[in-house]
Amino acid sequence: MTTKRPVNLEISTIHFPIPAIASILHRISGIVAFVGIAFLLYGLDQSLAGEAGFAAVAELMTHPLSKLVVWGTLSALAYHLVAGIRHLVMDMGVGETLEGGRLSTKITFVVSAVLIVLLGVWIW
Amino acid sequence: MVKSVTNLGRTGAYDWLMQRVSAVVLALYTLFLTGFVLGSSDLDYAQWAGLFDQMWMRIFSLLALISLGIHSWVGLWTVTTDYIKPTALRFVIQAGCGLIMFIYLVWGVEILWGL
Repeated sequence: MTTKRPVNLEISTIHFPIPAIASILHRISGIVAFVGIAFLLYGLDQSLAGEAGFAAVAELMTHPLSKLVVWGTLSALAYHLVAGIRHLVMDMGVGETLEGGRLSTKITFVVSAVLIVLLGVWIW
Repeated sequence: MVKSVTNLGRTGAYDWLMQRVSAVVLALYTLFLTGFVLGSSDLDYAQWAGLFDQMWMRIFSLLALISLGIHSWVGLWTVTTDYIKPTALRFVIQAGCGLIMFIYLVWGVEILWGL
């Protein structure tokens, strides 16, 4: 291998390209959503168990910790969904260039950030 | 060529397709439920139980549950295969993920039909 290649030793200038950040967040949000589904299934189970169960879930959802868990799970789902739609769009051949990939990543971040804030407003 | 025996479809192309088909089902289910919850102001038990009492909703929900199993297997298989190199550890973690998916599925069926 040739040793004449330029070497960048300036650690502070080395960072993930933005689509790589989108990719790792897609993985992390997928894992968080997978764990969080357990809480959503629990809520579904209780809420369908009868009037009392439904009221119990409504009561449980007034607790800040449950709000946080549900918000976290739904936020992960929202990001995973938006980033997933980006993948499906790219699968159809749209935005496959480097610039297209960067732009769609920014759109993904903005849209999911708005959704996550709206989810927070809805839950609280 | 190294052949994997733990991925869902034995071939990458099949996994790729299953991941996307299940993704579309899950996206539609998520959007539908979001729309239902937001569309019914002051959601009460009667509306909520009434929705899940419908046969089509149970079919849609079971489809989403099965898609969840497929989708999370492909996704978690990819992630564990990328980051966890010792075979025994990776196998145990993948088996654990598979068990959780199976529990989700059976639990979901119990919720839907155990009313």
